[in-house]
Amino acid sequence: MAKYLLLKHYRGAPAPANDVPMEQWTPEEISAHVQYMRDFADRLVKTGEYVDGQALAPEGTWVRYDGEGRPPVTDGPFAETKDLIAGWMVIDVDSYERALELAGELSAAPGAGGKPIHEWLELRPFYAASPTDPECHAGG
Amino acid sequence: MDEALLRSLTPGVLTVLVRRGADFAAAEDAVQDALVEAVRVWPDDPPRDAKGWLVTVAWRKFLDATRSDTARRRREGRIDEEPLPGPTPAVDDTLQLYFLCAHPSLTPSSAVALTLRAVGGLTTRQIAQAYLVPEATMAQRISRAKRTVSGVRFDQPGDVATVLRVLYLVFNEGYSGDVDLAAEAIRLTRQLAAAIDHPEVAGLLALMLLHHARRASRTAPDGALVPLAEQDRTRWDTAAIAEGVRILQAALARDRLGEFQAQAAIAALHADAPTAEETDWVQIVEWYDELARLTDSPVVRLNRAVAVGEADGPRAGLAALAALDDSLPRHTAAAAYLHERAGDLTSAARLYAEAAHKAPNLAERDYLTRQAARLNSLGRY
Repeated sequence: MAKYLLLKHYRGAPAPANDVPMEQWTPEEISAHVQYMRDFADRLVKTGEYVDGQALAPEGTWVRYDGEGRPPVTDGPFAETKDLIAGWMVIDVDSYERALELAGELSAAPGAGGKPIHEWLELRPFYAASPTDPECHAGG
Repeated sequence: MDEALLRSLTPGVLTVLVRRGADFAAAEDAVQDALVEAVRVWPDDPPRDAKGWLVTVAWRKFLDATRSDTARRRREGRIDEEPLPGPTPAVDDTLQLYFLCAHPSLTPSSAVALTLRAVGGLTTRQIAQAYLVPEATMAQRISRAKRTVSGVRFDQPGDVATVLRVLYLVFNEGYSGDVDLAAEAIRLTRQLAAAIDHPEVAGLLALMLLHHARRASRTAPDGALVPLAEQDRTRWDTAAIAEGVRILQAALARDRLGEFQAQAAIAALHADAPTAEETDWVQIVEWYDELARLTDSPVVRLNRAVAVGEADGPRAGLAALAALDDSLPRHTAAAAYLHERAGDLTSAARLYAEAAHKAPNLAERDYLTRQAARLNSLGRY
């Protein structure tokens, strides 16, 4: 029982094997890709492993505090930002191995020519709930 | 209305339905429907015989569901309309239910979910909230689990150890929703202990009570983790400790030691010390030796190394630690602590920071980060 984030990048991930930008696919290939993602999420709901999935628009704004009584400062977007997150899926699985298996399947989503994209996904564990068992801590 | 009392009737009602010939999955749904009905109806119209009421309503729900199912699918139903007189439910029916819900064919998360619903009487929504997943996901997890065990005969003997592992998971994992999972695990283990006379069941119950007794002192008002040595011992629940110790002693007297009894013995030695300094670390190390013999778990050897550090000094603890794989969870945290005790504050600060980076949860990360910060700020003055 552990949650993982499967992170998809617009930019920042290593180049996939089937590296053709989406706008150069055929419309049918795009439909097949979208359907694959939808089926994948549906399947995870059925296995009781799905938590959440969201897609993000690429255009973001940087915001920061600018001192008492002043409006926040905004900046960007910066075209040179290395990491640009496209979206995520959150899964709740019994093991790290299962998380790897699912990430592998998601990365096999079809792209140009109907072939798997082999897209690199970033797999990040969530922090677990705090254990009830305090003796686990050094010094505890 | 006492919801815990209502839920404690769940396994009894469910097993009556199964004994009458209902299949487990359908019976379990019917019992859930009856529980929901009870929550709605009882406040205004409390029944004289709560269990009898639930059995009647659940059986009716089961028949309704079966009838519409049968009509819809036009398949032959071999369900009797009238309840069979049936044998008086055997004493160990509740036990059979625990075995089924912890069946080895289930994954740990499925076994946990099914146990909380079928034995614990929690709703799917409550279970989903406790594990922070959508209700639809949890519903699927539970119905898959029911399908997985649909071929298992209800009266097959099971392995108590698998049940104990599931209950221990409920106790240790999960988030805080409106259900107190640790208290629920204690309730379910207590109920199991009433259904079967087994020293390890008693051992687990004792362990849970002893850990739970310290819960109030385990976190500071701001949510920060308070390690055992710094806990305010006046806030420990002495009644729970006394009960845990009594249960443990009775179990140990049976001379069938198991890992939960050994862990409970360690917890009891901590509970028994009026101050951290008075902890009987020599005996704790001996219990860790027993535990290592029983489980051969590297985590146990890690905890043993920390105990050795207390019993024989930090150098001895570090030597014990050096024999272990340093990729073990919390190995770096243990090394940091022992280095600090040995007076090597520079290494300790570095190791605390490294341990924080590898912490498995937020509370530990923050605790370890603070330890590093504390030592680093000492160095500045």
